[in-house]
Amino acid sequence: MFSFAVGSALSIASILLVVIVLAAMLIWVERRLLSFWQERLGPNRVGWFGIMQVVADMIKIFTKEDWVPPFADRLTFVLAPAIIMIVVLMSFAVIPFTPEVGVIDSNIGVLFVLAMASLGAYSVMLGGLSSNNKYALLGSLRAAAQMVSYEVFMGISLLGVVVLAGSFNLREIVETQADGWYIAPQCIGFLIFLIAGVAESHRLPFDIPEAEQEICAGYHTEYSGMKFGMFFVGEYLGLVLISSLITVLFFGGWLGPAFLPPIVWFSLKAGIFIAFFILMRAALPRPRYDQLMSYGWLFLLPLSLLNLLVTGAVVLGTM
Amino acid sequence: MFRLIKDTLLSQAVTLWGVFRKLFVKADTVQYPDEQPYMFPRWRGRIILSRDPDGEERCVACNLCAVACPVDCIALQKAETEDGRWYPEFFRINFSRCIMCGFCEEACPTNAIQLTPDFEMAEYVRQDMVWEKEDLLIDGVGKYHDYNFYRVAGKQVAGKDKGEALNEAEPVDVRSLLP
Amino acid sequence: MTLLFYLAGAVAVIATIGVIVQTNIVHALIYLILSLLAVAVIFYTLGAPLAAMLEAIVYAGAIMVLFLFVIMMLNLGQNTRQQERVWLAGRGWVLPALLAAVLLAQLLYVLGGVEGMSAAEQVGVMAVGTRLFGPYVLAVELASILLLAGLVSAYHLARKTGSGEE
Repeated sequence: MFSFAVGSALSIASILLVVIVLAAMLIWVERRLLSFWQERLGPNRVGWFGIMQVVADMIKIFTKEDWVPPFADRLTFVLAPAIIMIVVLMSFAVIPFTPEVGVIDSNIGVLFVLAMASLGAYSVMLGGLSSNNKYALLGSLRAAAQMVSYEVFMGISLLGVVVLAGSFNLREIVETQADGWYIAPQCIGFLIFLIAGVAESHRLPFDIPEAEQEICAGYHTEYSGMKFGMFFVGEYLGLVLISSLITVLFFGGWLGPAFLPPIVWFSLKAGIFIAFFILMRAALPRPRYDQLMSYGWLFLLPLSLLNLLVTGAVVLGTM
Repeated sequence: MFRLIKDTLLSQAVTLWGVFRKLFVKADTVQYPDEQPYMFPRWRGRIILSRDPDGEERCVACNLCAVACPVDCIALQKAETEDGRWYPEFFRINFSRCIMCGFCEEACPTNAIQLTPDFEMAEYVRQDMVWEKEDLLIDGVGKYHDYNFYRVAGKQVAGKDKGEALNEAEPVDVRSLLP
Repeated sequence: MTLLFYLAGAVAVIATIGVIVQTNIVHALIYLILSLLAVAVIFYTLGAPLAAMLEAIVYAGAIMVLFLFVIMMLNLGQNTRQQERVWLAGRGWVLPALLAAVLLAQLLYVLGGVEGMSAAEQVGVMAVGTRLFGPYVLAVELASILLLAGLVSAYHLARKTGSGEE
């Protein structure tokens, strides 16, 4: 019971705890890194290097009035922020962190992640629709179109890895990478997945659904207090999830030279990608909405199909 | 095709690298309350009223500053001493409205009103943001050390008749026909 | 697993009733999504994980999103709720309910004759794939041609008409 094994209580509890605490800590990490990249200092007053800023933010967000606007559709309004948290946390169930740590060893892991990602679209759509607010509606319209479109390429870009590994099981995908990470044969798939992942978790530069400068905060304009906090933490959880997925699918998960334990390798790789996502936020400007859509459908979709075709042909030819 | 790759990948990569390099650049900001930033001498902050080298008020209550003020934060009332000098009876600046634009300084004909680099004017009571003449007046001459309005202007005051100012010619007697 | 099956079945039935009687269209759609997810769980308990995941991805994740998208565009307000309420209250229930009862009776009769429908083993992704591209390849190709035709016609309908286009 109290040992690390796939599906043990200790394993599940530690994953849940670490992932949520990490997502909360990312609030501080992101602000600090962004400020370094913008030649500022960032929050460094509360605690050591400002690390307790997270606690201060949490206290603030918990003690705020939990307010539902009178013109909002109450059921949907309350439901929306819960969906994104549930959906992203469910996705972590199939992520293999180390040979021992993980929740389930599923044969359909990749599909499960995709299914959860597609359900995540409801969170933003219902949030925006129930707010009864023009900006929120615009934001959720954008979010719906963006997420539905980018799900397609996300799925297709993953299939190259699935073809190479011959399995939908994420654990097996990691194990087949022992003699070479999939980043080498699947670098196009990796790039498409990276872009689609950013769009899917709607972070900058693809944060068009919540573009502050154009449409206030998009779909969560009307949200405050802990409900807003759930959207917020959900976004960071999505960031951790995408980083973990990239690590698992393209960079060999926990595999690495033996002088470090597997969990360290995994966190190291995932951490680099989290930092990279924050760097993208600091550096890249937001594209226009129609540019985003046409870039996706006219460039990424054919490219990902071509990638899949070539991968399949090569695998068939060498079989 | 090459152009597309260049636009979508290369330029983004260059931008990312450029921003990443900033990690090793010293921060441009300072830890403000512990560490005071250097304020430039001509920085526009709190407004003061200066005095001329003799120690008299420079302000002649001409109201040009109040007219120039875009947010109408200056109020004053003209009064006159027995020797003919004009001065403000009261001079009031509402710093909760002031936007430190410096228009009043530009408008002032006597260099009386000047902006200083000080900016720390927070108060707990809003009424305390309204500064009266006694709060605004300083004992020094500010940025212009030798300037004295009544010494250069043609205005007649006690002890200085017409034509006695600096660089001022004697008044012409218009009734005289002499060339 | 059996308990899970019956639980998911109950959720699916209740959610589907919710879809019918709900007057708020967004709430009705949420019930529909719930129903589809419950059906996905049923598929999983029956030993078809691929079908379950595809149900979640395609139906719940894509088609319902488009439904919601359209409803967002339509901007349905309080009036439609009242109209819906009027429609639901009347005697319009009787005939559909009777017809549905007949169907249910038939279904129960047919199901009563079938023995041992439990999930002996899971049908893996590989098995489904080899079946689809083995014996059923013709059906798959026909379906894909149908979808392609739909895609082309949708493109034709959405295309801007008039001159000045390349």
